Amino acid sequence: MIEVRELRRSFGPVLAVDGISFSVEAGQVLGLLGPNGAGKTTAMRMLACFVRPDSGTATVCGYDILKNPVEVRRSLGYLAENSPAYGEMTVGGLLNFVCDARSINGKQRKSILDRIVPMCSIDSVYHQTIETLSKGYKRRVGLAQALIHDPDVLILDEPTDGLDPNQKYEVRKLISNMAKDKCIVVSTHILEEVEAICSRTIIISRGRVLVDSTPAKLKEQYNCSLDEVFRKITTAKS
Amino acid sequence: MNSFWAVFKRELKSYFTTPLAYVFLVIFLFFSAYLTFKQGFFEVRQADMRAFFLNLPLLFVFMVPSTAMRLWAEERKTGSIELLLTLPITITQAVLGKFFAAWLFLTIALALTFPMVITVCYLGDPDIGLIVTGYLGSFLMAGGFLAIGCFFSAISKNQVISFVLSVVVCAMLVFAGMPTTLNFVSTFLPAGFVSAIENMSFQTHFESIQKGVLEFKDISYFVLLIVGWVAACTIVLNERKAS
Repeated sequence: MIEVRELRRSFGPVLAVDGISFSVEAGQVLGLLGPNGAGKTTAMRMLACFVRPDSGTATVCGYDILKNPVEVRRSLGYLAENSPAYGEMTVGGLLNFVCDARSINGKQRKSILDRIVPMCSIDSVYHQTIETLSKGYKRRVGLAQALIHDPDVLILDEPTDGLDPNQKYEVRKLISNMAKDKCIVVSTHILEEVEAICSRTIIISRGRVLVDSTPAKLKEQYNCSLDEVFRKITTAKS
Repeated sequence: MNSFWAVFKRELKSYFTTPLAYVFLVIFLFFSAYLTFKQGFFEVRQADMRAFFLNLPLLFVFMVPSTAMRLWAEERKTGSIELLLTLPITITQAVLGKFFAAWLFLTIALALTFPMVITVCYLGDPDIGLIVTGYLGSFLMAGGFLAIGCFFSAISKNQVISFVLSVVVCAMLVFAGMPTTLNFVSTFLPAGFVSAIENMSFQTHFESIQKGVLEFKDISYFVLLIVGWVAACTIVLNERKAS
């Protein structure tokens, strides 16, 4: 469902993503790992058509990110790093705005909101303005916004960042439950999370794919914990 | 079209959920009336709104950029642009949605100056046609200033910078048509250049609309100005949205 071919992007002299290629099928949860500044966020932004690649391309649900960006955005749910939102809006206001933009109206909107709001446990803050929310609640609003149209492809940039252990558990459960028929790409620094939810993992560093494997295989191959595997791979080759 | 309306609605609402709209409206309405009466509205002993429309360009030079500066600078600063532009919305739809919401807001501000109309109608028998064209000219001028402000808002993440830049450009476009400026440049420039400068100015076109003359060249000046700056805003934003 996601097909990435030789994506490359630089910002001035900094080469953020240096020709990465991979593909993800429905039913897979891909964990995108890498040290800070590895190019994870830029890669995800390119998939969400927010940043234009310098060269290379990708398709999401069959739509090309360069030729058909609006269709790509229609078919994917994207949670950006730090889940940006309009601070002065209420949670309900923001979700309704996203429904407007995604042409979800009438009864359908009501039933979707009735399902999504408890699912992301944001009922208690539904009428609160977003700038007054804690980091964890903001993330969950971001998650609700990304799930609102029940997309086939989900791109989540550090979805559990800033959540407390209970919320982390909830979000992981949510992702695992959706994993069956969706194609999900998650970036994270938390390696236990990769073991818990990802069926596949790609480690990138300095904009290049270093490893494309499964968490279990990696552990077996290096015969140590995923933490150590990560350190070995990213420090040895950099 | 749906996406355009979504952006439009959200933007217009956001003016009124923050104190911005109320602060703007109070200050705008106060000064528009204050300047009118201070400049001898009663002394002229004529029931018309000339004094009101005369001051509007100067007031707009400061007031319109202050509404426009947040349009994109704030989005980029807070990062909410990433949310907006990863929804199925094209940049053109987003730019137009925001632009028209801000324009409608300024139109509401203009409409709220209606007590002036009531005042002149009460005091005498004004030419309603002149008042209507005066408002039409002000509406178009607000759109022109706003398009400039919108462009500079997309250029910088810093609202103060975008405010200052758009005030400077708007002021230049207003002052270019003032008699003092034109007299000065005519001392060393050939007549063709002087009339070119005069025709680039807001003042010239606004005045001729306000006099009740609806000419194609005046309307097309404002339309071209708006289309040009808004298109430039779209291009700049496309380049800079993620930086």
